[in-house]
Formats: sequence, C-alpha cells, structure tokens
Amino acid sequence: MKVVLDHLTKKFPNRNKKVGGFVVAVNDFTFEIPDGKLIGLLGPSGCGKSTTLNLICGLEKPTEGRILFGDDDVTGLPPEVRGVGLVFQNYALYPHLTVEENIMFPLGNLRGEEKLTKQQMKDKALEAAKLVQIDSLMERKPNELSGGQQQRVAIARALVKMPKVLLLDEPLSNLDARLRLQTREELRRIQNETGITTVFVTHDQEEAMSISDMIVVMKDGVLQQIGIPQEVYDEPVNLFVAKFLGTPAINVFEGRVKGGSLYIGEDSVLDVKGVDDRDVYVAIRPEGFIVDDSGRMKCTLLRREVMGRDSSVVAKNDAFIGETIRAIISSETKVDTSKPDIRFSLKPAKTYLFDRSTEERIRFSV
Amino acid sequence: MSNQNDYDRIERNAKRRKLIKNTVIYIFLAIWGLMVLFPFYWMILSSIKSYSAYSSEYIPKFFTLSPTLQNYSEAFTAVPLGKYFLNTLIFTLCTTVLMMVVIILAAFAFARLEFRGKNIVFALFLSLMMIPNELVIITNFVTITDLGLRNTFAGLILPSVTSVFYIYLLKENFEAIPEELYKAAKVDGTSDFKYLVRVMLPISQPTIVTIIILKVIECWNSYVWPRLITDNSNYFLVSNGIQEIRENGFGRENIPAMMAAVVVISVPLIVLFLIFRKKIMAGVSRGGTKG
Ligand SMILES: Nc1ncnc2c1ncn2[C@@H]1O[C@H](COP(=O)(O)OP(=O)(O)O)[C@@H](O)[C@H]1O
Ligand SMILES: [Mg+2]
Repeated sequence: MKVVLDHLTKKFPNRNKKVGGFVVAVNDFTFEIPDGKLIGLLGPSGCGKSTTLNLICGLEKPTEGRILFGDDDVTGLPPEVRGVGLVFQNYALYPHLTVEENIMFPLGNLRGEEKLTKQQMKDKALEAAKLVQIDSLMERKPNELSGGQQQRVAIARALVKMPKVLLLDEPLSNLDARLRLQTREELRRIQNETGITTVFVTHDQEEAMSISDMIVVMKDGVLQQIGIPQEVYDEPVNLFVAKFLGTPAINVFEGRVKGGSLYIGEDSVLDVKGVDDRDVYVAIRPEGFIVDDSGRMKCTLLRREVMGRDSSVVAKNDAFIGETIRAIISSETKVDTSKPDIRFSLKPAKTYLFDRSTEERIRFSV
Repeated sequence: MSNQNDYDRIERNAKRRKLIKNTVIYIFLAIWGLMVLFPFYWMILSSIKSYSAYSSEYIPKFFTLSPTLQNYSEAFTAVPLGKYFLNTLIFTLCTTVLMMVVIILAAFAFARLEFRGKNIVFALFLSLMMIPNELVIITNFVTITDLGLRNTFAGLILPSVTSVFYIYLLKENFEAIPEELYKAAKVDGTSDFKYLVRVMLPISQPTIVTIIILKVIECWNSYVWPRLITDNSNYFLVSNGIQEIRENGFGRENIPAMMAAVVVISVPLIVLFLIFRKKIMAGVSRGGTKG
C-alpha cells in the first residue's frame, strides 16, 4: 500500500503553559512512500519523528494536510480502522497477558465478517510468532522475556493482522549493540518476506542507512531530504544532512571562494569552477582526504589511529569547526608521523560547499 | 591461631545477639497477638456459656466447663437472623457492585480522559475527603427521607455507592499504566471501554480486589446508617439484628445469644479474608508505593 503525506502539519499547544503558543512538531510534510518499501525516518531527538508516525497511524489528528493510503483519504479515520501495525520503543506489551494472548489481542478486536474463531486466531498468532522466531515462548508472560524477545513479540503483534502499513518507532534503541544489529537484519528479512510498506523511525543514521530502501531526513519538523541512502550520503542538500549522516562525522571548515579557487585558511585547496567569490562552509568526508606530500591542504598532524583495514589520521587546522579533523585512509598508506605537519589533496566528489547563512549546498564543477 | 579464635568469638557473639533480638521480637509479637485475639476468644467463649451461667458469674470467668450451643439456636429464633443475613447480603452485594462501577468509571475519566475543568473537579473531590462522615450523615438522612426512600434497599444503598478515596486510589493505579499501552490498544482496534475492561482492570487487579474486600467489610459492618434509615425490621441488617436481640429479646440483655449472633456473622468475613489474604497484601503494598 502506497502512503502519501500531503502538506501535513501538526501543531501542539506548548506544554509549558507560561510560554504559550504552539510547537510545530511536523511542518508541511509532503512525500510519498512507495508500495512495499522500507522507509527510514531519520532525525535528531525531538524533531517530530514520533509525531509523524502517530499521524500516519491516526493516534494524532493533523492540524493541516491529508494522509492517503493508496487512493483512500484516511485523514479522518480513527486508528483502529486504518489497518496499521505499530511497534513502540519500549515494546508496550500487555503485562497481564501471555505472549500468545498479546499477539492475538488485535485479532480479538475484529468484528463482523472479519471475526475469527479461536482456532483461527491461534493459527495466525503462531504464524506471526514463527516469523519472528518466538513460537517456543508462547506461554510466557512479558516480564519473563529478554528485551530482544519482547521486541519480537511486539513486532509479531503488529504483524498478526497483516497491516497495510507497519510503523516502527525506534524499535531497536532499547537493545544492546549486538542484538540491535541482529534484530535490524531480521526486520529487513521480515519486511522482504511480507512486503508490507514499512516506516522505520530512528535517530541512528547508521541504522537507517543500512536497512532502508529510502531515507527521509528531518529536522525541527521540517523535511530536509528524501532519497536512497547512498544518494543522500553522496549528495546532501544542506549542511545539516551532511553533518547528520556518516561516521565518523563529516569535517566542516570555514572557507571562502576567490577567483574560482577554494581557500581554507591561507591554502588554496581546490579549484571550484562556477562559484562566485563568497564565504562558505567546506565539508569534507573523512574518506575525501588523500595523503599527498604535494597536497594543497596543510594540517597539523596529531596522531594516526590504526583500526585494522582502515586507519584514521587525526589532525588540526585553524579553520576547522570543532575539535579534531578525522581522515580515513587505507592502512597501507605511509604517513610520516615524525613531521609536525601533514599535507592532503582533496577528492572533489567528497568535498561539499555550503552557503554561510542558508547552509544550502553550493554546487561546483572541477 | 589467635585469629581463628577471634573469628569464632565474633561469630558466637553475633549469634547470641541475633538470638536475643529474635527472642525479644517474638515475645513482643506474641503479646501483640494475644491482645488482638483476646476479643475473639471472649466472643466465642461468651457465646457458648449458658445464659444462667453467664448471669451468675459475678466476675466473668476465662473459661467454661459446660459449653452449650443453645445460644446459637436462640439467636436465630429470638429474631429473624436468617432474614437479616439475607438483607445484609443483598445490601453488601448491591453496594459493592454499584460502587465498583461508579469508581472505576470515575477513575478512568480522571486518569485517561481530557475534559475541561478536570483538575478543578478532582480537587473538589479530594476536598470532600476532609469532611467527616458524621456531618454528611445528617444531610444524607434529610435527602433520603425527602426522596421517600426510608425503609427501602435503595435508601440503604445509595449513600455509599461512591467513595472519593477509592476513586483516588484507583486513579493513581490507572495513571501508572504507561501511555504507550493505550496507544498500542487503540492501534490494535479497541475502544476506550474495551481498553478499560481488557487492559486497565486486569493490570490493576490487586488494587481492585483490595477495594472490593474493604468495601464488603465496610458494608457488612455498617451500623449507623442502616440503623438511622430503617425502622422496619424487614430491612434490618445483621448489625441491627444483634441490637434487637439485646433490646427486645428477653426483656433483659441476652449477651451470650448476642455473642452467638456476632460469631455467626463474623464467619463469612473471616473466611473471605483468609481466602484473599495474599491479594490484599499485594494490593495494599502496591497502592502504597504507587501513591
Ligand atoms: N502531545 C504533545 N504536546 C505538546 N508537544 C508535543 C506533544 N508531542 C510531541 N510534542 C513536541 O513535538 C516535538 C516533536 O516530538 P516527537 O515527535 O516526539 O519527536 P521525536 O520522536 O522525533 O523525538 C517535540 O518538541 C515535542 O516536545
Ligand atoms: Mg520519538
């Protein structure tokens, strides 16, 4: 089922009554989730991700805008008739019910033609439990399960009705690192098997990039960029997106363009054609540095950290915004650590220019 | 070597101290237990002394050598105790069921629903707790009399079908249930009412059971209000019934027969308490920490 958000806006009355006014949690969202895809909704905490999910599933009513499932306008429909499955960060299992009863809970609410017999419900619950591999735990209560198992039960409960849309609100952030990796692959598998259109909310860019067909980056309720993960990583539209994606984080410098040449400090580091003379932010991906004795960018070398296949060079530069520059280079590359300085040349495709005031991307050709 | 001795001594000292401490505690608890149990013993003892034996004891004896069950049959024949029993049962059941419905819905409204003036209404509710019962009884009496409900079950039941304190207790319990559960249930397709019945009530079960037990005890033992609002013996509860044995049983107070009646009407409560003892304790401790 394709899901369309059409100029969606949600304003909350400010929680702090003294300040008054409104918090715009979601601001004029327009995008389309293609049928059967897994979308990663990505942004820092408090940017309105959960609110967006709540709007899609109907727990919140939008202030403005429409939501379409396929061609049907569901904006005014209550959550129970939308046919969505929702998984919460803290699982939200019913503590007094067994795993099986938890999974069957949504089925017990079906009415009319859809109403199922007890045996049908049990069968469906077992099917869903098998999908997430918890069919051996059916008789346990939630408090007898580990975090990862509880999360699986929550996913099974969301899937048992075969929802048109599956919504996951930071489903992995309460799990430990290993379990998180494992569960996210499992989620990907389940989504592939069922083909249910899925929205996956996270503040962890790596998580979103690794499993999503498409990512949606948002900030303060405003949509920043949509695209397949690699594309968004390679072509960020603004400084926020560039900084938000990638580990280690992108390196940002103050720079300026003069006569078709990009300056960081006093060094002319790159030729940038088609850009007027102006002050800019220069953002360089860690893998955008090439150690090169005749390189045009000079930095103070601090140390080299070997991390197996790759190694990183930690350096300083006066124009750098933040603490230390981090460049990722191949482990075979020789670095003379006895010298105080190191020289880099830059990969143009990994170097981005952004306007100083709007922070929008400035394109250049080499 | 001396080290070993030291350890032995310390260990022995600790053991001795623990023994003394335990002895003191147990003696204290035993005395306490005796004090609590003594009235029960006295009640049962008096109920099996014959009327003449009881009357002739200038100083009541702590035992009897000629126990009799005579008083029990007298209690049931002197007054229609069976009928009062039934009345009390009806009164207790109706009051408790009605009150549970009222307080559950009220607590749900205060805990889950958003409506204008919610906080003010709740504050008013709470302030009602500060008005002593005795004051309310007079106005209740006037109201019920004006409604023409004297000597009816409705008149008996109505004033106690709500309880601010229990609403408060239950509201606190409901509020401790995470918001996500409500959202999950909504997405799973439940109505508010179904959520209340299928999720909130089962989760709050210990508190609910506690409230039911306490209310049943309160109803079973209620005396002032039934005494005030009924003068037709068709609507007497057991508490009034006992009073009747005393007043018009034999011209003179028949204490042993009264005590026999008291024993009979205490039994259901004691049985109830024994059955639900664990649940009551769980509910009380949970309500306590959550509050
Ligand atoms: N019910 C509400 N009332 C008032 N403000 C809210 C409410 N829900 C969310 N907000 C505000 O909306 C913004 C977005 O919240 P949320 O969607 O929960 O962010 P995220 O899930 O991305 O962390 C936050 O500033 C939050 O304080
Ligand atoms: Mg959130």
